[in-house]
Amino acid sequence: MSHPKAMRTVGLRRARGVLANIGRFAVMLATTYLGLLAVTFFIGRVVPIDPVLAIVGDRAPASVVERVREEMGFNLPLWRQFILYLQQALTGDFGTSVLTTNPVMEDILRVFPATLELATVGTLIGAGLGVPLGVVAAVRRGSIADQIVRIVGLIGYSVPIFWLGLLSLLLFYAKLKWVAYPGRLDVAYEYTFTPITGLYLVDAAWTRQWDVLWDAFRHIILPGALLGYFSLAYISRMTRSFMLNELGQEYIVAARAKGLSERRIVWFHALRNAAVPLVTVIALSYAGLLEGSVLTETVFSWPGIGLYITNSLQNADMNAVLGGTIVIGSVFITINMLSDLLYRLLDPRTRAR
Amino acid sequence: MTPLLTVRNLSVTYPTRTGIIEAVRGISFELGRERLGIVGESGSGKSQTGRAIMGLTPPPGIVRADALSFSGVDLLKAGPATWREMRGGRMAMILQDPKFSLNPVMTIGRQITETLRHHETISKREARRRALEMLEAVQIADPERVFSLYPHEVSGGMGQRAMIAMMLVCGPELLIADEPTSALDVTVQLEVLGILDRLVRDKGMGLIFISHDLRLVSSFCDRVLVMYAGRIVEELATADLASATHPYTRGLLDCTPKIGESRHPLPVLERRKEWAA
Amino acid sequence: MTDPSSPASESWRDWLLTAEPHSRHQARLGRAYVTWRRFSENRLAVAGLLIIVALVLVAIFADLLAPHSATVGNLAGARLLPPGSPGFLLGTDDQGRDILSRLLVGSRITLAVVTLVAIIAAPVGLLIGTVSGFAGGYVDAVLMRITDIFLAFPKLILALAFVAALGPGIENAIIAIALTSWPPYARLARAETLGVRNSDYIAAVRLMGASPARIVIRHIMPMCLSSLIVRVTLDMAGIILTAAGLGFLGLGAQPPLPEWGTMIASGRRFILDQWWVATMPGIAILVVSLGFNLLGDGLRDALDPRGTGR
Repeated sequence: MSHPKAMRTVGLRRARGVLANIGRFAVMLATTYLGLLAVTFFIGRVVPIDPVLAIVGDRAPASVVERVREEMGFNLPLWRQFILYLQQALTGDFGTSVLTTNPVMEDILRVFPATLELATVGTLIGAGLGVPLGVVAAVRRGSIADQIVRIVGLIGYSVPIFWLGLLSLLLFYAKLKWVAYPGRLDVAYEYTFTPITGLYLVDAAWTRQWDVLWDAFRHIILPGALLGYFSLAYISRMTRSFMLNELGQEYIVAARAKGLSERRIVWFHALRNAAVPLVTVIALSYAGLLEGSVLTETVFSWPGIGLYITNSLQNADMNAVLGGTIVIGSVFITINMLSDLLYRLLDPRTRAR
Repeated sequence: MTPLLTVRNLSVTYPTRTGIIEAVRGISFELGRERLGIVGESGSGKSQTGRAIMGLTPPPGIVRADALSFSGVDLLKAGPATWREMRGGRMAMILQDPKFSLNPVMTIGRQITETLRHHETISKREARRRALEMLEAVQIADPERVFSLYPHEVSGGMGQRAMIAMMLVCGPELLIADEPTSALDVTVQLEVLGILDRLVRDKGMGLIFISHDLRLVSSFCDRVLVMYAGRIVEELATADLASATHPYTRGLLDCTPKIGESRHPLPVLERRKEWAA
Repeated sequence: MTDPSSPASESWRDWLLTAEPHSRHQARLGRAYVTWRRFSENRLAVAGLLIIVALVLVAIFADLLAPHSATVGNLAGARLLPPGSPGFLLGTDDQGRDILSRLLVGSRITLAVVTLVAIIAAPVGLLIGTVSGFAGGYVDAVLMRITDIFLAFPKLILALAFVAALGPGIENAIIAIALTSWPPYARLARAETLGVRNSDYIAAVRLMGASPARIVIRHIMPMCLSSLIVRVTLDMAGIILTAAGLGFLGLGAQPPLPEWGTMIASGRRFILDQWWVATMPGIAILVVSLGFNLLGDGLRDALDPRGTGR
């Protein structure tokens, strides 16, 4: 005896709730992008004493300086410059790199997959180890697992990542020779391997080049584990906190009253509920790893966008620096906002509103 | 008639940093296939009694008793596997507020079939059929629709009925109802009580009805235990309530207003230290 | 602080813990004492406090404590000596400078960075948050949108770009970090303000004719202080790490200033054989950050009224 019309109403209401959430998300995202572009505009044009010199370098002849000034519209009033800047940024035109003379966007697209791959490996390790560790720590408060989570977390929040990276290189590369360094692949493979997606692990597995896969793995494992550690410190702490919160709720008592096993209660009932804020935590951790890539890639000579930015910095290539900032900033912002949206969509209670 | 539930000298204590809290202090009673009400104010230990019987006392609570047995099973010696079999299958408990006691990310139907499939080996389809049957038994008009709803999408009364369905679907012999109607509107309370009444009667279950409302309990149960500060201060049949002797019980009775009377000054519930002795 | 009714035998403890204080001063001191007791039960928190106190003392007396110069080294005779060499407890770097002395003097820079960022970011965040929460409506919406935008930015990257534009240097690094640190404080202050805005005592003060500015400054801001202090302390570790990161990239303090992050960068070249040049500054950063984290955790547990259950 089902009432199809009633079911449709429920479905419609839920769908409308989802759409409303996505709409709000899009507006917030657009506003924040605008803010990011405004800040980078400010940094690029307003902050330096002569922004043109920042781009062409201070040894360029006066005619070049004037030409660039005219081309880039520096003689226009500030607000018109901003509109121009917005147009350029939205079409992906971040100017030309002084160092490589390529369009900045092209350079960035070339190096970005390396950072993505590294951040993904780090987050997989962080979440894969961190969530179970946090669950166990919550279920057995005061136990060894609980102490481990606290200590790991404490150290993770206190240690400089680049220093730990240096030390781990010293130990695992220089002394033990367990891992490979620098870069993503050995010189032997570097020029013979044609990437498809830019994610070497995926590409090598896809084309069944197992030796390349092994080499790529040996290169990525140390920086990946390093980032994984920081991700683990954060995720395990948050998992523990969320699980403790859920395990104190009444529905857990009700589940026990139904006679369900503790294992099912913890991993199916409590974790299911904790998963809602946990997914956003994992997304935020991913974003954080992207940001931290700047330091890690410098230590490991990992050719990603972080290294690109720092190299451009050393060479006073402002276009590249700002372009890289905008790209990382945009991805960071998107992930942040997406995680908020994800939270709303995953929790049936907020989904409908 | 052998009693369904035997409780002798039950005590529940919580060791805390600032001292030992005695929530329940040596109470004894027996329950057959009848309805027993436990009445008391907040902190009297009534809820803790119910949870102790179900083995749901949260840590660091310690449950001690001379005897605690249900239908021949010694609950004091029961291991985790025994408890998992008893709870939901032979003894059930319904909690106060469905807003909090139902899992928010699972549909109502799923939560009911979960009980079934844990205690009996039946197919998904069979479980769904029995769950729908149970939803009808608690007088939910459109069981198919409610089956796929989430707890926050139904009203309080319907949520509580879903909880009853969830806990009774396996046909337990004992039901402990911990303030089952306290979170509901008054009109809905009567409906839910009616459903409980019918189910308990039809299945011949034993019922422990825990509440702070003496009048409610007296209209529903055969016997009443009045608890104060962890002890039972009076035990009598509901029919004999009017002739209660303990001053605390009399105080509770006096609290309920009667139509057409005017009392000046309003009676105040007295509490004396010696009752807690 | 004479309390005329107290008998001579009444101890300080009794005076502080009395249930009926005779003056606001006494009440405040009593509350502080209770908080201190809760705090000091947590040994890790006390350890954190000791570390920070040690940091401050070292920074103040660095010139007296340092056995050698932090900026001028013995290029001829003392390059790259290992730890434990006579006169050089932690060894020397490639310019013959004593690492211990550099660390001691460098603590000043660390302390300065942390203090200045806190002094800049916290009041800004507090002001924006309280004004936003108290004013409500249009002002609230605009301010919070700006705060959210800044909150969503990647801090290190922006600080990097900022310093890149301004030029490397410790002052620019401080400004850059401060600019990206204030949003959490604004959110915190706003949340606290929203909590007390409608309470009766605020209404009473308003009825007495207090202007909005007075209400915000004298009555609302003090309520936000304790959570703000906890948050700032916990953030300090992150600020130190960010500053060290900027130093590592060459954007912070410039040589020959002995900033710990910069020291790690310059020691990187010799990490294989003279590991101490890069390792020692890292240990210093680790210890100080740990100190702030422990202190912050301890403060949060002590000040949080709900924290006694755990």
